[in-house]
Formats: sequence, C-alpha cells, structure tokens
Amino acid sequence: MRKIETARAQNKVVNYAKIIMTDWRLYALLLPMIIWYLLWMYKPMGGLLIAFKNFQPNLGIGGSDFVGFSNFISLIAGPYSEQFWSAFRNTFLISLYGLIFGFPIPIILGILFSDISNVTFRNITQTFSYLPHFLSEVTITGLALTLLYHGEVNTGVIAKLLFETNLVPDGTKIIQNANYFRPLYIITGIWKEAGYSSIVYFAAIMGISPVLYEAIKVDGGNKFQEIRFVTFPGMAPTLIIMIILRIGKMLSVGYERIILLYNENTYKTADVLSSFVYRIGLEGSNQALGASAGMFNALIGFALVMGANFISRQVSETSLW
Amino acid sequence: MNRLNKSEIIFKMLAYILVGAFAIVALYPVIYAFSASISGKLEYEAGKIVLLPKNINFQVYKLIYNDKGFWISYVNTLFYTVFGTAWSMLISTTGAYALAKKRLLFRRQFNFLVVFTMWFNAGMIPTYLNYVNMGVNNRWGIIFAFGVQAYNIILLRNYFEGVPKEIDEAARMDGVTEFQMLRKIYMPMSKAALATVTLFYATSRWNGYFWARMLLKNPMELNLQVYMRILIENYRKMFDDMPINLPYATDAYIYAILVCSIIPVLIIYPYIQQYFARGVNLGGVKG
Repeated sequence: MRKIETARAQNKVVNYAKIIMTDWRLYALLLPMIIWYLLWMYKPMGGLLIAFKNFQPNLGIGGSDFVGFSNFISLIAGPYSEQFWSAFRNTFLISLYGLIFGFPIPIILGILFSDISNVTFRNITQTFSYLPHFLSEVTITGLALTLLYHGEVNTGVIAKLLFETNLVPDGTKIIQNANYFRPLYIITGIWKEAGYSSIVYFAAIMGISPVLYEAIKVDGGNKFQEIRFVTFPGMAPTLIIMIILRIGKMLSVGYERIILLYNENTYKTADVLSSFVYRIGLEGSNQALGASAGMFNALIGFALVMGANFISRQVSETSLW
Repeated sequence: MNRLNKSEIIFKMLAYILVGAFAIVALYPVIYAFSASISGKLEYEAGKIVLLPKNINFQVYKLIYNDKGFWISYVNTLFYTVFGTAWSMLISTTGAYALAKKRLLFRRQFNFLVVFTMWFNAGMIPTYLNYVNMGVNNRWGIIFAFGVQAYNIILLRNYFEGVPKEIDEAARMDGVTEFQMLRKIYMPMSKAALATVTLFYATSRWNGYFWARMLLKNPMELNLQVYMRILIENYRKMFDDMPINLPYATDAYIYAILVCSIIPVLIIYPYIQQYFARGVNLGGVKG
C-alpha cells in the first residue's frame, strides 16, 4: 500500500515538474512576485516569535530565550499595562467614531454625485474632492498643524475660524489639547478620504439599471423613496463589502497620521495600539513587548474580518472570498 | 427629459450645493497654503489672508530654492518614485499575469499567498527587524523591499482575466511566447488598469514617510517627506535666529514647502485622473 502511495506521490511531483518545464516562461513570470512576498511579507512572520522571547538584539531572534507568554502577561498586567489598555481603548474609540462619522459621508457623496446631471460640474467637483487622497500624510498633518496653530504672534486660519464661531473656546491650543485629538484625527481623515471613497459608491449607483428608476417614478415615488427602494438595494453588495473591510480594520488605525499629529500632551486620547507599538518597540527598545502588542492587535483584526465576512455571508450571500 | 417633481428639484439643488461645498473644502487648504506662502508678513500675521494672497512676494521660495537639502531630497524622491514604481510595476504585472492564467499550478494557493497579506502581516517590529537584518538602509533597499501591494496585484489580475480567451488562444497558435503575449496583447488591452496601478504606486512612493525615516541613515538619501517633516518640526526654532525684517511670516515658509511637495501631484494628477475611477471599479474589491 505504502509503496503505491509513494509511487503516486512521486508521479505527481514528476508531473508537476513536467508541466513547469514545458510552461517555464509562465512560472518565470510568477517567480519574482513570489520571492518578493516570501522575503518581505512572510519571512518577517517568523519574527513574530520574538513576542514569546526575551529578545536581545545582540543574540538575534533565534538566540534569545523563550519566555512563553510572559510578554503578553506583562502587557496586560505589568508596568506597561496602563498605557496598553489606554491604547487599546483609544484604538477602539477612534475606529468607532471613524465608522460612525466617516462611513456614511462617502455614501452620501456618492448619491449626491450620481444626482448631478451637469457632467462638467460633476467632473470638476469630483476631481477636487479626490485630490486630498493623493497628498501625503506629512503634507496633510503639516497643513493641519499650521492651520490650527495658536501661538503668541500668529494663529492659523482654521483655528481663528473655530474661535470666532465659538466651536472651540478662544485661545485653546488645539494641537496640545487631548480633548481635540479625536475630532482632529477623524475630520482630517474624512477630508482626505471621503471624496475618494465615494468613487466606489458612485460607480455602484451608476451600475443600477435606469429601468428601476423609471418604474418607481411611474409608481409615483418621490426622491426619498427612490433612494430607499432603488439606490440602496442597488448598492447593497458594495456597501456590505465596504463595511466588512472597515470592520476588519477596526483595530488597525493607521499609525502614520497618529504619530505625525500627536504629542506628549495628547497621548491620553491619541495613543493607539500601533503608535504604542512604535513608541515602546522602535523609539524605546522593548522590541519583544512591541511585537506582542502588535501580534495581539493583528490577531484580533484578523478575527474581526473573518467574523464580519462570516456574518455577511449568512445574511446576504455577499462575502470577500 | 422627464419633468422633475418637487422633491427631485429640491434634492437636485441640495446635491449641487453640498457637492460644491465639499469640493471647496477639499481644495481650500491647498489654495490657502499657496496664498499664505506668497503674502506679506504683516498681512498674514494680522489674519487678513482668507483665500487670496495680499502684498505678494515670492521671497520665501528663494529661501527654499537656496536650500541644498531640499533639492537633494527632491531629487532623491524623484529617484525613489521612478525606479520604485518601475520595480513595483514589473513584479505586479508579471505576477498578476501569471495569476490570471487558469492553467497555473497551485493557482489558488498563490492567490492566497498574496491576498492573505491584506488581512494579516507580521507587524511593525518583526518587519523592522527583517529590514535591518536584510540590510535595508540605503537607496536600493528602499526601492526593492517596498511597494508591492496585494490590492494592486488583485486589481491587475482581475483586469487580465477579462481579456477574451479567444485572443489568447489565437496568439498561442501563432507561437507567441508568454513574454510577448503579456507585452503585445495583455498590456495594451489593460492600459486603464496599468495607469491606475502606476498612479497608486507612484503616489505611495512619492508620499512614503515612515519607513524612509526609520531606515535611511545617510542624510544624502533622505526623501522629501522625511526632510519636510524635519523642517516642520523645527521651523519655528529656525526662524528665531533669522533677521526680524523678513518680508514673509514664519508660517509662509512651511506653506511654501508644502506647496512644493504638492506641485508634482497637481501636474500629473489631471492626466491620470480620468483613468483611475474606471480602473478602480473594474478591478473591484473581490478577492
């Protein structure tokens, strides 16, 4: 029995080799990408081991001692636990607010764009609203920090506007004030991405058959009924995919903008898991602790995508894979 | 044209107003930055600049023009963008082409290998240690180790899958090799997708900050974003040592730097803009 199985397995390998030999050009085209992924995406995954080790840079990952879950335990209950849980809470809150305020705006924009019949006006406004997406985080945070600056001599124009409209008490140092960090982060995020994200919804709406709109019109439906009964169902699959993606990313708030915007005075509300990882793992040099916090973050994130995808498949037959 | 009923007219008006307002808000900081950078010091500090510049002078741009570090970082960024994008495109296009072929052995597994990284990756610390371990601390390291994104590969793959099988088969009968097939048939037929992905890679190279700051050690190799950030962090201090009777405000300097970083984006953007909306939609988000 075993002989036959081995022979079969060998045969299979021989066959694969044959296929690859005759079609080597196709595999040659694939190879660079695979090597790239192995070297730069999969190889570092081995480095996750340091989350379980007492990492010492001079010994390397392989040479350092295993310490089991002690890094995780010290994160959850040790000297860094206060910072860790605060970062955890901030990550969750920033994501949640981002979802509540950030998610509907591109959808509304998509609907509005689809209702504009003047093509020139639409093209121009769309072009303008996509633009911030292509600016760098350094540019955007640079703008935000300068526009919101409040110093002795000069005050940024947006800060001035906020003071004059009493949205923010006069003289507040917005960038240095922990109370304003989350709105700042979320509003800059919306400013940067809302226009661009609306492309997907706009396209979904454009894909809806005009016949359906005719039909509801004949039935005497008004604009709001039209949106409710035609536009929304028509864009539902896109909506679901986007919400899964969003939920999947709940715990991976981008670190670049956070790191560029926050400062010691705003850590309390601004520090998220990824900026925490950066601060203790790279700025400080507690790599092992950083890696375990990062891994913790990634695993929950992964579970979230899986969960969201599973639920969506049950409810709507739409899923990512 | 159908006659519009009342709710539709109201909605349409609302749509025009809101969309117009959003577009203005999106563009405003960029226009303001430019105006502020060329306005006079007194006007700026008195808060008289709202949209258009007053007492125009381009003195602050002279300061930047004479800043050697700025030009070095600018040229470096161009270098990273051109070569980095080329490298990313090379890998992504060839890889996506192979993945689009149904006859590829272990196609599902290879696809998974790429898609999986969208959901799970090693994270900042192991990734950093890997870069250090592999010696990514110079120009070429930055070019080769970065910039391949699963999303872009999937987008290209989906696009390539849309090329009609008949064309592929006919070409194969004529003895066309894979390389020729990709170059002469698939690439010309996928211009919109290629342009889109090129734009994505180019902007991410042009805008790259974090890893460049972490990894690049030689000041001669810094890119624009890192250089800019360092300037932003220090500019108020820097102006303390300068003569007080400058014609521009301290902030004008930062606004001018920001404008300089945006200009290339503004120049290229209109040409490619027409493609990406189409490209993004055709690629879709489906894995």
